Amino acid sequence: MEMIRARELVYEYEQRDDEGNVIGMNRALDEIELDVRPGQFVAILGHNGSGKSTLAKHMNAILVPTGGTMWVNGRDTKDPRELMSVRQSAGMVFQNPDNQIIGTIVEEDVGFGPENLGVPTEEIWRRVEDGLKSVGMLEYRTHSPNKLSGGQKQRVAIAGVIAMEPECIVLDEPTAMLDPVGRKEVLRTVQELRKRKNVTVILITHYMEEAIDADAVYVMEGGHVVMQGTPREIFSRVDELKRYRLDVPQVTMLAEELRKGGLDIPKGILRREELVQAICRLS
Amino acid sequence: MIREITIGQYYPADSVIHRLDPRVKIVCTLLFLISLFVQNSLSGYVIATLFLVFVIRASKVPFRFIVKGLKAIILLLMFTVVMNLFLTKEGAVLLHFWIFTITENGLRISVFMAIRLIYLIIGSSLMTLTTTPNALTDGIESLLRPLNRFRVPVHEVAMIMSIALRFIPILLEETDKIMKAQIARGADLESGNMIQRTKAMVPILVPLFVSAFRRANDLALAMEARCYCGGEGRTKMKPLVYKRQDYAAYVIVVAYVVLAFVAGRFAPLHIWIF
Repeated sequence: MEMIRARELVYEYEQRDDEGNVIGMNRALDEIELDVRPGQFVAILGHNGSGKSTLAKHMNAILVPTGGTMWVNGRDTKDPRELMSVRQSAGMVFQNPDNQIIGTIVEEDVGFGPENLGVPTEEIWRRVEDGLKSVGMLEYRTHSPNKLSGGQKQRVAIAGVIAMEPECIVLDEPTAMLDPVGRKEVLRTVQELRKRKNVTVILITHYMEEAIDADAVYVMEGGHVVMQGTPREIFSRVDELKRYRLDVPQVTMLAEELRKGGLDIPKGILRREELVQAICRLS
Repeated sequence: MIREITIGQYYPADSVIHRLDPRVKIVCTLLFLISLFVQNSLSGYVIATLFLVFVIRASKVPFRFIVKGLKAIILLLMFTVVMNLFLTKEGAVLLHFWIFTITENGLRISVFMAIRLIYLIIGSSLMTLTTTPNALTDGIESLLRPLNRFRVPVHEVAMIMSIALRFIPILLEETDKIMKAQIARGADLESGNMIQRTKAMVPILVPLFVSAFRRANDLALAMEARCYCGGEGRTKMKPLVYKRQDYAAYVIVVAYVVLAFVAGRFAPLHIWIF
């Protein structure tokens, strides 16, 4: 069974003018088909306004489809009785680290989710410790979130989701507001989590580099899924990606230019080492 | 300058008073305040003073921290004293010049009033100094829980309070940023009279409000995403449990209240006019 499955998913909202009169319908998502198997790492790429965040919000039932269906762990997100179990199955990490931390102390924030689920007190403490340990923030447990760096805050937010023991984590541009150090920190944490806990990870981003290790990549534009495949397949279509205003990783870009220049370099190079090897083979 | 504002001042230390259950501290502070206002004799205030000194010692909070809280009420204090001193007409006249008369009763009432106000501030700041804002909110929530029966949203109010506490530093930082941004654009915040300066605040408040609403929206989404749906069915990570020291504290405070009351009633201790 798929962890996340979408069929003909449509999301429309009313467009209003300044007086609040409806002047038309906006289709933010159009006939989306999505299949994510348990344990997979899926990256959803897209430029601003491509509908990728709207799609992410459907996975947590913050938005429900106006047409078609979204299933999370086999549960229909439209069903209000399933709301809590959908939200527990698919934890969500948002973009702004400041606006998603509720507690005034790190450990209290991590405990917020389990508290809401009605988990007994001793179990909450165990989960908080486990969550903080798995993002490497255990030593900061009694700190105030205000004193942490952006990357650290984001790791606390991830720990807060882990403490709810979800099967799947949806990260909605978790690195967009971070500096390069914070970005690396968060991505490394996500990778380690995947290895250790075998959770499904869905990463929404507009940084292509973050999608290199994904099992599957979806590219969105104007509410449609326009490309779909493994990172290698996707990144070998450089011109197409550029048309969707996405920046291809520098290495891939360089390899593409070299290939166009007549050198015998394979398509879809993702890492620096691969390019080095390919160039070495040339001579 | 704006960062100097501290709300819910907490003085971190490891003392018996710090470790007490917040409910105990709230209830005891209330008892202490009530005992001050039903008190009307010198011996009662002597006992109250001894009790306060005892608690301050036990709390390990430096005395100057506690006195700081008094600065805020100096005006109110002077006003009360002056009013009571000159407007009380009963009793033997102590002093009379021009239109001012000071009577024995006036002096007595104004001195007692000053003591009450000062002890009131010391007592309540002792509570906030030794209790983290979070513990305080938890305590209030737990004490007000019976009001749930009258449809008072106790949990929600407590949640609002703790979120407000969490966002105070964030919004202060934001205000600072907006101020700098507006100054960089040529806004003049320093010069001019009261009205002009107040008007100059508008370009700071508007973006601040907009951003606060945006944050509120984000936070609501994040809370919902983490299965928050009100107080029902929620468990606590740090439930409040009375320990032996908490019962002991209740006993001590009740003993103090009784002692102060009895002493005031049966051994009022008269010195001169007091």
